Amino acid sequence: MSHLTDLPSWAAIGVCGLLLLGAAITLIGSLGLLRLSNFYERLHAPTIATSGGTILICLASMLCFAVLQSRWIFHELLIIFFVTVTTPVTLALLGQAALYRDRFEEKNGVPRKHRPAGGNETD
Amino acid sequence: MRTWFPYPLLSITLLVMWLLLNQSLAPGSILIGLVLGMVLGWVTLKLHPARSHLQRIGRAAGFALEVVADIVRSNIAVASIILRSGRVPAIAGFLTVDLDLEDENALALLACILTATPGTAWLEYDRRRKTLLFHVLDLQNEEVWLQTVRRYEAALKEIFQ
Repeated sequence: MSHLTDLPSWAAIGVCGLLLLGAAITLIGSLGLLRLSNFYERLHAPTIATSGGTILICLASMLCFAVLQSRWIFHELLIIFFVTVTTPVTLALLGQAALYRDRFEEKNGVPRKHRPAGGNETD
Repeated sequence: MRTWFPYPLLSITLLVMWLLLNQSLAPGSILIGLVLGMVLGWVTLKLHPARSHLQRIGRAAGFALEVVADIVRSNIAVASIILRSGRVPAIAGFLTVDLDLEDENALALLACILTATPGTAWLEYDRRRKTLLFHVLDLQNEEVWLQTVRRYEAALKEIFQ
């Protein structure tokens, strides 16, 4: 931690700003999980943390270590890439599971599955 | 060579990634990277991925920028919806849109983009009827969302044809 004092003040302000903004966005995403009323709406809340929050926090880290020149900034790019690519898979799976359950329970407000005439549907 | 490395590009990418992550060019790291590339290449072979050909790399870069701009914009929009949701409940709903994408990888990419963007979530794609069911958090301007999906679809079609 001691070498962080080598950071010039303009970079420190930038890093702080990005970190705080990223943390705030992640907090808003978590708040969304608490506030939004049904499952499909809550599906949108984590993506705000994984896209905006992760990118901003990684940018802060990139800026910090690029200025300090102590490490390659490649790790953060990989983190952004993998988080952005893998989260949608989980969320799409959760969404489909919820849709399947709601259709099975015949809840209102859920779009029906279109059944083709005379075909056994397999998903 | 093909039996050892069925996907040379994938294996090379994995090797380079491994070396960059470790930040070393020691023989041990190179060996582990090679083994990693080989084994994951075999795993990929078993998965039988659909091959597709990227046509316009320049168009793809432009599209990536467009998507990043959309993600930033919808981040702000969704954040404000969540913050206001105590007073004004969000008007969320389902939308269906007809898709005309044939390429498996293009569809997968579209699913990733739609779900990674806050405000839209991919729910179900009906292969037979070629319709996509997705959920949006802010249904006030329905037409805008449909246009966004069509815009993505057109760009992906151009890239993956």
